[in-house]
Amino acid sequence: MAIDTAQDTTVRVNDFAIKLANVNGTGSASANSLLMQAIFRMGIPVSGKNLFPSNIQGLPTWYEIRVNKSGYTARALDYDLMVAMNSATYEEDIKDVRSGGYVLYDSSWPLDEHLLRPDVTFLGVPLARMCIENFAAPRERILMKNVAYAGAVVALVGIDIELVSDLLSETFARNELLRESNQNALRLGYNYAKENFECPLPFRVEPMDATKNSILIDGNTAAALGCLYAGATVSGWYPITPATAVMDNFTRLCAQFRREPVENPAPGELPYKNNYLIIQAEDEIAAIGMVLGASWNGARAFTSTSGPGISLMNELLGLAYYTEIPAVLIDVQRTGPSTGMPTRTQQSDILLCAYASHGDTKHILLFPANPRECFEFAVQCFDIAERFQTPVFMLSDLDIGMNDWVVPELTWDDSYVPDRGRVLNDVDLAGMAEFFRYTDEDSEFVTPRTLPGSDSKGAYFIRGSGHDKFGVYTEDSEKYQEVVDRLKKKHAASATHVPAPVVERHDGATVGIITLGGCDLAVREAIDQLADGGLVADFMRVRGFPFVPEVRQFVEEHDYCFVVEQNRDAQLRSLICIETGVAIEKMRPLLAYGGFPLSARQVVDGVTSQLENKQ
Amino acid sequence: MTSIVKPIIPLASLPKNEIGLTIRDYEGAVSTLCAGCGHDSVTAAITHAFWELSTPPHTIAKLSGIGCSSKTPTYFVRGAHGFNSAHGRMATIATGANAANRELTYIGISGDGDSLSIGLGHLAHAIRRNVNMIYVIENNGVYGLTKGQFSASADIGSRLKKGEPNAMAPIDPVLLGLSMGATFLARSFSGDKAQLVPILKAAAAHNGLALIDVISPCVTFNDHEGSTKSYRFMREHEVKEIETDFIPIRKEIHKSLDENDATEITMHDGSVVRFRSVPSGYDPYDRQKVEEYIRERRNRGEIATGLLYVDESALDVHELNNTPEYALNTVPYQKLCPGSAELAKMMTSFC
Repeated sequence: MAIDTAQDTTVRVNDFAIKLANVNGTGSASANSLLMQAIFRMGIPVSGKNLFPSNIQGLPTWYEIRVNKSGYTARALDYDLMVAMNSATYEEDIKDVRSGGYVLYDSSWPLDEHLLRPDVTFLGVPLARMCIENFAAPRERILMKNVAYAGAVVALVGIDIELVSDLLSETFARNELLRESNQNALRLGYNYAKENFECPLPFRVEPMDATKNSILIDGNTAAALGCLYAGATVSGWYPITPATAVMDNFTRLCAQFRREPVENPAPGELPYKNNYLIIQAEDEIAAIGMVLGASWNGARAFTSTSGPGISLMNELLGLAYYTEIPAVLIDVQRTGPSTGMPTRTQQSDILLCAYASHGDTKHILLFPANPRECFEFAVQCFDIAERFQTPVFMLSDLDIGMNDWVVPELTWDDSYVPDRGRVLNDVDLAGMAEFFRYTDEDSEFVTPRTLPGSDSKGAYFIRGSGHDKFGVYTEDSEKYQEVVDRLKKKHAASATHVPAPVVERHDGATVGIITLGGCDLAVREAIDQLADGGLVADFMRVRGFPFVPEVRQFVEEHDYCFVVEQNRDAQLRSLICIETGVAIEKMRPLLAYGGFPLSARQVVDGVTSQLENKQ
Repeated sequence: MTSIVKPIIPLASLPKNEIGLTIRDYEGAVSTLCAGCGHDSVTAAITHAFWELSTPPHTIAKLSGIGCSSKTPTYFVRGAHGFNSAHGRMATIATGANAANRELTYIGISGDGDSLSIGLGHLAHAIRRNVNMIYVIENNGVYGLTKGQFSASADIGSRLKKGEPNAMAPIDPVLLGLSMGATFLARSFSGDKAQLVPILKAAAAHNGLALIDVISPCVTFNDHEGSTKSYRFMREHEVKEIETDFIPIRKEIHKSLDENDATEITMHDGSVVRFRSVPSGYDPYDRQKVEEYIRERRNRGEIATGLLYVDESALDVHELNNTPEYALNTVPYQKLCPGSAELAKMMTSFC
């Protein structure tokens, strides 16, 4: 059934979006990423966003592919092609397609008349029937439907079929039977589309050279690589969506790169030893406790978690802050509060992390915008944590952490030397009359520490209870204040060590747009679109807390700024206001907190409507 | 103030241990606990045990949580590194510390509130992981610092100074440990240094988590008539049928004829624990029999003390994770970082 109506015949090359509607647990994820990967290999900027439910099998799940030659690969809300593979969501999926767009559906069963739209072209492919005819095993008949629709999409948008075929061969290099089935299914869908539709559709891909020296990687893998390269040896963690893959990857990488061969192993002994210890803790409290214990002993240690884990860790984060123990936390944020929506993204742990724990505390935060920054910032987190002897958080999110992004290749400078901070060894101690833990501060208000096992002269007693600069228990106001005042100054001094804000100024701009993290691409795209509409705006993406003076200056330089972030309560705006003293009226919140990655349209609409309201 | 500096008075006559230190070198700050507190006796036993073992003070890491018991690490081995953490979390810190540096001797001091209520989960999992450490519970049945509430180890029918008798079943750390797979379980009484010191020394030699439940009366809140954690109750109800000696690795072991029946166990480091007397049929290597014995004694209103169970064959947290013999915090960075060439190679898998 192909109702040919309001077809948009304008040819658009490398500029379109596909949404694929699937049922969770049916094997669609690999078919979807296959398409995305093929487009990437054709040298075209592309993104894939997995919008999945908190479920193992049965609930609806979506995948969005955006192709954009200019590199605008934030989430698009205008879908040129809907691959509607879930009859339970036909209604909403078909509504989602832009006027003039296409719907690919399984025509093994007729489509209910009421679903049809006159402004959309319906492309029926009898996927189930073809798979029943061509495959024998029941599971295979279901799984191969995915590769078959992928084959049809390959034909429809003009993806290089040989490239896709190669990808399948790589994936199933070790399984001939699966390789054969997948190749057959790919051709089934591809050939059907070629024979029955006018391929390619007006929107299509053509090879480019824009992904050379780029990779396709998710933020959790990149963060794990950062921890590996930073030299982390101990981690404590507790499984949680969407952060689990950080530790899964770290474990895999350690097994690959951190094994010390054992010569002549005894019978029953493994031929290697692990230069790492990863402990799956009983809860997040234990996870951070293990990190503190290991960091106390001078190992680089970290944990990965999400908001609910940070909530549990609060108690020991205060201890780490007050007793000055390094710790690295990778918080892959998800939608809160409480359990919230575990498989949806948000930037709602900003204030939680900035001031984690009771009493006066302030922490150091890094905000990566993409997997490449996850890699680089993870390394920096360890340097900053050890230099300032305090917890450092990297606030990633589900979109960055779990989706594949096209980013420049990760590179490593072999001249890198870890900043281990001020640690006294026995030689240092021998030259000292006495050692006291919280004396001899440097220009950044950091005092030297010793590690357990060092000479008794350097032995001291860590205590979360009130202590003076000698590390001795105190209930004396002045002695207590002296220490906490130094901690405040130490935190402020770390501002120049966190990644600097990214600022882009445009001639004639009177307003600014401030954002952070994964909003980066959508905001940049929006700024370009707003400029096309006559509104020139400057751009600032903050990448770390505490803020450098430039953050305040940026706000003050503009009549006002929009602060784009993914939470309900404008947390970044609050933090800037509290910490820089800039007038809150100068910053207008522009918030998207429904749990999906930000799109430029949301930013443009938000700015436009606020401007209209003002007039 | 919990740490009044104790004057160090050189006394030439004091005996020296194998590394030339006197008992004074293993002391700490002056205790600020109530006079007569059982915990101070435990502190004295720990001081003595480490002195006798000749453990270099700087190789000892002492950890605690929060509570009266958790204050005590300040009162022993001043030359050791210490970590007074948060309520109930000591085991987690000790686990991470041990992960990073397995070469130190870890001693965790906790209480019944710290370990059997707020930190019960962490204790259970530290036992399961078999973290190589001495884990002392100074067990008095009450919360002292908050002025005498029942703890989870309070026996049914025991009474607070004021108020109703406890009606809830107590958590027995030794029975708990047996079910969690603990590899070293002992119970002692703070008033019995002669028993406690060899147990502590054996615990230090043990490869894995050595849990010692020390009944340590709270003189202020739980030493009255009706308490089952009082000095008097312990003196009347303790059953010391299991007696052990600790023979350090350096001393030659001489067996006399009448000791032939004694059960011995060689610890991981080569030292020996000898069971001088055990009741007939008792087997400190048989988890089930030990549990039966403890329960049977308990049903009679008796508290069995001594080194109750030991399994020296179990793997500790490092052996379970196949880590090297050396401390992970000593691995040079060059060995930990795969370098730019490997990263470049890896990049080809992300295309």
